[in-house]
Amino acid sequence: MNKGVAITGMGIISAIGNNVAENYASLISGKKGISKIFQIETVHKDEIMVGEISDTNPVLEKRLDVSENQWSRTVLIGCLAAEEALKNAVITKINDVRTGLISGTTVGGMDKSEQYFYDYFEHPEVRQHITGLHAGDSTKKIAKHLGLEESFVTTISTACSSAANAIMLGARMIKSGQLDRVIVGGTDCLSKFTINGFKTLLILSDTYSAPFDDNRKGLNLGEAAAFLVLESDEMVKKENKKVLAYVKGYGNANDAYHQTASSEHGDGAVLAMEKALKVAGMQSSDIDYVNAHGTATPNNDLSEGRALIRLFDEKVPEFSSTKAFTGHTLAAAGGVEAVYSVLALQNNIMFPNLNYKTQMKEFDLTPITQVTKKPLRNVLSNSFGFGGNCSTLIFSKEA
Amino acid sequence: MSELKQELKEKIIEQLNLEDVAIEEIKDTDPLFGEGLGLDSIDALELIVMLDKDYGIKLADPKEGKKIFESVETMAGYIAEHRSR
Amino acid sequence: MKKSVYINSVGSVSAQKTFDNSHFLEDIFNHNDTVLSIIAPDYREYIPPAAARRMAKGIKMSTVSAKTAMTEAALEENEIDAIIVGTGLGCIGDSEKFVIDIIDNDEQFLTPTRFIQSSHNTVAGQIALGMGCKGHNFTYVHSVISFESAVLDAKMQLENDEANHILVGGVDELVDHHVDTHRLIGHIKQEAVETMAVLSSGTQGAVFSEGAHFFVLSNEKRPSCYAELLAVETYNTLSQDEVSEKVALFLSKNKFTLDTVDVVILGNNGDVEFDGYYNELAKGIFKNTCQAYFKHLSGEFDTASGFGFWLANQILKHQYVPKAVRLNSVETTSPKTILIYNQYRGENHSLTLLRKC
Repeated sequence: MNKGVAITGMGIISAIGNNVAENYASLISGKKGISKIFQIETVHKDEIMVGEISDTNPVLEKRLDVSENQWSRTVLIGCLAAEEALKNAVITKINDVRTGLISGTTVGGMDKSEQYFYDYFEHPEVRQHITGLHAGDSTKKIAKHLGLEESFVTTISTACSSAANAIMLGARMIKSGQLDRVIVGGTDCLSKFTINGFKTLLILSDTYSAPFDDNRKGLNLGEAAAFLVLESDEMVKKENKKVLAYVKGYGNANDAYHQTASSEHGDGAVLAMEKALKVAGMQSSDIDYVNAHGTATPNNDLSEGRALIRLFDEKVPEFSSTKAFTGHTLAAAGGVEAVYSVLALQNNIMFPNLNYKTQMKEFDLTPITQVTKKPLRNVLSNSFGFGGNCSTLIFSKEA
Repeated sequence: MSELKQELKEKIIEQLNLEDVAIEEIKDTDPLFGEGLGLDSIDALELIVMLDKDYGIKLADPKEGKKIFESVETMAGYIAEHRSR
Repeated sequence: MKKSVYINSVGSVSAQKTFDNSHFLEDIFNHNDTVLSIIAPDYREYIPPAAARRMAKGIKMSTVSAKTAMTEAALEENEIDAIIVGTGLGCIGDSEKFVIDIIDNDEQFLTPTRFIQSSHNTVAGQIALGMGCKGHNFTYVHSVISFESAVLDAKMQLENDEANHILVGGVDELVDHHVDTHRLIGHIKQEAVETMAVLSSGTQGAVFSEGAHFFVLSNEKRPSCYAELLAVETYNTLSQDEVSEKVALFLSKNKFTLDTVDVVILGNNGDVEFDGYYNELAKGIFKNTCQAYFKHLSGEFDTASGFGFWLANQILKHQYVPKAVRLNSVETTSPKTILIYNQYRGENHSLTLLRKC
């Protein structure tokens, strides 16, 4: 029951790198990917900072060898990350065993929908993007690009916990024997839709986001895609697979408090973390490092900090939010941070919480602010979203 | 001032879809949030946009809204003092 | 030992008058159109005005449908362990309005409500908020298998005893821009078609619609029980030549044969381009089986198969196949096993197997 599910591959593209190696290099050198926005024309460009992937769509299309302006940016980056994950897991024949794809996304093809909203009527040449508004359309295209056929392919959209939930579902399906192998994660590109949406909630920072800092002003939005390959024990044994780490615990709960805000004391977060520990068969003292959700909004960090104190009974282990590196990549965040959690385990390194200066008044919690070495066995990663959605994943070295 | 208050009441009802509330039911000093009209934090954000759009008042920090939106009276007072349109 | 999974109650808001569980398709509403709106209940009977004031249509439909299912299952709100919703597009009406606001107002004076309602998980989130349900809360958004993904997730949890009662639903809204753009690409029929003539329209595209279908799934049988859920599978691709083989394989995996299926429910929508998949089964392996269809009644939408699921449950409970949904003349006297097959535009195929409980 408490046995973990093997991770045999991972792939990522974010504001701090086009692949796993580049992301790791940025993390350990403290190189953040936050800047003024340059690829989207928005009236807010001088008021916000974002984590934008450096390559433009034409460059991404070239890397994937696909024709021009057929796909949303969400699909382009999703394909790249999923391709890297498969390559990393040394999978060449994707249909040889029961393989699934579960992707999390919130915006899907919204970048194109908002661009061509009125143009569809006069310009037949952009109508290929009409069906792209379906969030699931991005996953469908990634599946096709990977050559996945007659398979379980689905999409989860639970706001900013989407990819974490995709990983959770994948692990559950492997455990219950429904799949032999599954590609799980998420993808979200930046769009005017999300920039303006978060702007209406007044939670966007006009400078570098500072998670868990008393003077934090809000979040930086980001864009990314990240996927893991999970495989059953039989597959690992049969193909003598190298295992990067294990998905050991997972928990999902609802705060049932407010449509967008987290409860004052992080009830949902505590429930999700408790469930994850239970699935993993662990005590809170088994957790060596926490990759926090830490969006740097006043509300999240207070609620999450209180939840951590409650769960760990005042003995909170080292923790940090990596969102000051990448920005908040919404649906992809849980995938991005899963990759970072595995990197932490592989290298026994904890990544710094950038831009932190002043401890929050409400509690005595200080995130780690330097690259820190420590033997790590278990890493806990949180992802919370609108609609009260709270998800926790636990990654471990040992099964 | 009483004209502005009347206008605000109409706008609050319309903007926040308070279909079942009549203008007369909102007293000038009734608390808008919590016990009174029962508005919540999302309504506060809607009201912030209303200040910006209709009266040219920009609030950067939602916390500022707390005092301003206490009642129709406090809102009217703040708008009268700060409006640019 | 895996536990059995039961569908203990149903709730539906659709283009037919289905919101009242005391009727089962006795009066068919004959539409003659290319898009069908729901037959709406009086929302005030279900939702207090203060709660309804910010609700998108999708949330209202879902609230009614979920409440109907909860009432019928006779469960307290705190007995629900999880809420799982499938939706192709979420509350797309609000997403559209938000995009229009962004473009028309040049990104100025935008308000948060429309953005919040645009988050695909707003239905599951708001139902949880309303019920105070802190359990597992998932939203699947994968075209026409959104609902089946939700069912599959629930089934897995109930079988493994991770939950005892789960509220599972599917919802989608019909909105203008979506309809207008899908007309442009021929996904919606050009000419109006009458409800009972949808399959013989001989034209491309479907009749679009909307609806909300919620069910209480449990690993214990309650007095209200409709059916037992035996299996559900989805496939992202499938060619027409392989569909019969896939169905046979699915049945044999679940220890059933073609002969033991009493009724097969097919997702035909009258699109000449893609109904071939259904005809393949109707004229082939299920030639001698009682066949039913439903999209002429419900219209096509991402979670229309929720209506198909509702229909299967009703048939098993009432033990008859209403005339309005019969696709062939093969009779069945006491239906025990029903197979539902659905796909849309040749993609996202699903097979669902139910048994009388």
